[in-house]
Amino acid sequence: MEDNVLHILLADDDADDRLFFKDAMEEIKIMTNVSFVNDGLQLMNYLNQPDIKLPHVVFLDLNMPIKSGMECLKEIRGNDCLRDLTIVIYSTSGSEKDIEDAFVYGANIYIKKPNDFSKLKATLVQVINRNWQYHTLGLKRENFLFSINESNV
Amino acid sequence: MKLQIKYDINIACKVILKEQLDLLGIPYQETGLGEIMVNGTFTPEQYKELELSIGKYGIELIDDPKNSIVQKIKEVIIELVFKEDKLPESKISAYIAEKMNLNYGYISRLFSEITYTHLENFIILQRIERAKQLIIEENMSLTEVAWKLNYSSTAHLSSQFKKTTGLTPTQFQRIIQKRKNLVLS
Repeated sequence: MEDNVLHILLADDDADDRLFFKDAMEEIKIMTNVSFVNDGLQLMNYLNQPDIKLPHVVFLDLNMPIKSGMECLKEIRGNDCLRDLTIVIYSTSGSEKDIEDAFVYGANIYIKKPNDFSKLKATLVQVINRNWQYHTLGLKRENFLFSINESNV
Repeated sequence: MKLQIKYDINIACKVILKEQLDLLGIPYQETGLGEIMVNGTFTPEQYKELELSIGKYGIELIDDPKNSIVQKIKEVIIELVFKEDKLPESKISAYIAEKMNLNYGYISRLFSEITYTHLENFIILQRIERAKQLIIEENMSLTEVAWKLNYSSTAHLSSQFKKTTGLTPTQFQRIIQKRKNLVLS
């Protein structure tokens, strides 16, 4: 059933990270459909296509060429059509400032990229479950903040 | 003596289903192969009874009604966490079992089977959600929130908050405040 598939978009300029992400997604139980873009500009062009079926969740690398993840985040939150997207920041940075800024500008989830495959899988499962819960339970999206790193996987 | 037997599984199943449903007093119509339409909705008890009574014939109910029980479990928890003025001192598990009129082990297993998450995690998530609301909307102190949500101490609340959201309550408060200022400026 098409409706049971979770559509995910990953914006990341690192080809290895994209592959790593795709492999992890394929191993988890939940049905997902993952698309990729390589930088922030591609991401915004993708999301701004007219009549496009928007992804349910966007994973956004902070550190990308051309247009950074933070710039994308601000643009997405400033756009009424995109305001309801779940935005997951997917970054190598674990600095408290980056985490706080991302949340202030409207991210829902912040993942410090794990470099271990099984941890990445566990992280993604948690993220997807949490997102699903917020969706299905009508929890307040304004309060949807979730920061995840090696210590709370 | 050896007898040759010829049987029709479809008829056998239909007869068994009819017997068991009649026995439980559940009115229904056959709507096709492998599907029946029950008039009205099931209570969780009825569902469990039916599952047991046809299970011994190797007939299983699939999926959907389980979803509605899970839905009910969620409602009970949300009602408890969000509507009650103060969480009861008694164990939440006992409260849920009583409200659902089902064994907690069964409830918890069913919940995991359908949602792929543990019921305990769901309850924690709801309590923390409520804590967020009390902190932001009602400006409650952590001590008040801990008391209201029946945490043994503020330290316990803080650590569960941090474990669940990845943020401390103070960080969370600061982020939400900054967001508000951003919108206003």
